[in-house]
Amino acid sequence: MNEQSHVALSEVVRRYDGPPVVHALGPIDLVIRRGEFFSIVGPSGCGKSTLLDLVCGLVRPTSGSAKFEGQELHGEVPDGVGVVFQEDSSMPWLSVRQNVAFGLRTSTLADKEVRERVDHAVSFMGLAQFADHYPAQLSGGMRQRVCIARTLVLRPRLILLDEPFGALDQQTRLLMGDELLRLWRETGATVLLITHALDEAAMLSDRVGVMSARPGRFIDMVETGWSRDRDSRVVADPKFGTLTSRLWTSLREESLKTMGRAA
Amino acid sequence: MTRRCAALLVRIAVLAGSIALLEICCRFGIIDPLTVIPPSEMVTSMIDHLGSGELNESIVNTFSTILLAFVLAIVCGTLAGALIHSSRRLRDVVDPLLASYYSVPTFIFYPLLVALLGLGKAPLVVLGVLSATPAVMISTLSGLDSVPPVLMKLARVQRLSPARALWWIILPSALPRLFTGFKLALSYALIGVIAGEFILSGTGLGYAISFAYQSFDNRAMYGTMLFVLLVAITANGILYVWEGRLARRRLRG
Repeated sequence: MNEQSHVALSEVVRRYDGPPVVHALGPIDLVIRRGEFFSIVGPSGCGKSTLLDLVCGLVRPTSGSAKFEGQELHGEVPDGVGVVFQEDSSMPWLSVRQNVAFGLRTSTLADKEVRERVDHAVSFMGLAQFADHYPAQLSGGMRQRVCIARTLVLRPRLILLDEPFGALDQQTRLLMGDELLRLWRETGATVLLITHALDEAAMLSDRVGVMSARPGRFIDMVETGWSRDRDSRVVADPKFGTLTSRLWTSLREESLKTMGRAA
Repeated sequence: MTRRCAALLVRIAVLAGSIALLEICCRFGIIDPLTVIPPSEMVTSMIDHLGSGELNESIVNTFSTILLAFVLAIVCGTLAGALIHSSRRLRDVVDPLLASYYSVPTFIFYPLLVALLGLGKAPLVVLGVLSATPAVMISTLSGLDSVPPVLMKLARVQRLSPARALWWIILPSALPRLFTGFKLALSYALIGVIAGEFILSGTGLGYAISFAYQSFDNRAMYGTMLFVLLVAITANGILYVWEGRLARRRLRG
């Protein structure tokens, strides 16, 4: 694996102006390697999504430095970054093909190139026979695949996934995990996955960062050691249980803190 | 037979039955023909009046006024709704006023409008706009509220300019609710203009109905009323079908 730094956060802190002022995140130091599959788990409200917003440039750090490919992030999504959200972000008035092509509406590519990329992304995500369907005709998992395909046509070098399978059932999540791994292998992109599912993080990732309760900081960093050609069958590997158990051990105290605060 | 088809058939049957009942009541003297003429006579009167060309000027006047009021209400209502939506404070101030606006009988302003704008099209257009704009404002607010935040985030991720975000995401997303406002605006503009003509104007279909009423010309009155009714139903029907097509695309599954 190329060890070159792709995303680098240094002493990053994010506060939200009040009243009351909310210290959401940090200080955080993080380096995500180029081509790495990196996941973040943490208790609810720990600032996982804030961290993703920082990495994709939607939010500026209050202090510290956030860089993508060596360039400072300035509150704007840089070229080469694709984001898939937790919520269904397919557009109900567009067909699957039009939804996927939406990612390229502002591009200067020739029509033929756009068509080829859209066709490829639609096929890659297994949506070819539904290309002319509308989102309302698809299942939740298929709609999320449409959103991933829309990101894929941009050929991003960094794919950010904010709990993309949060609304799906367990079987679909496992299968979507396989799709995601295939996508990651074939595109060579770096992936940052935010998830609350420890098994998902343990199965998919090269490395998992465990965050504390708010303000979110990394309290553990777990290398999974899986090979690049892994798939959902790793859940049967005894090491999977060990990894999940370690993640939960790190996370339990923090989750209890969050619950205590909620109470 | 589908449920929609069955509902349509029942609707037609109820309507046809009511018309037939009215026809029988009028023909057999149960209803005084000086009060209501039989529906078949309303139809022949409408055809006669339209054929004679005597209503042409009124038709042009009334529908051009309604169209103008409708378009202005959409433009003003959409812009005002978007402006109110953009400012929380403004919304807090305007929301209760909008809710109570419907209880204001806008026709009471007609003498004032005539004094300010004179007789003619202008006060009728203003009356139509005053009647129709709140519906568009409320539907615009509701439509903009209905745009999912995740799509606004998507617009930022896709680095869309505000104009592109508006055209590609906000408008299509808000369209179903905007459409409801447009449908209401058409009805309110029609009511405002025809009622305005009825009360004080010297021209238009409202005036023609009022004139026939005052001249005890029941045949002309009911013929013109039927024409207005058919045009209003047809226009609303077109919008209804259009809206249905949009909704079906979004909801089919």
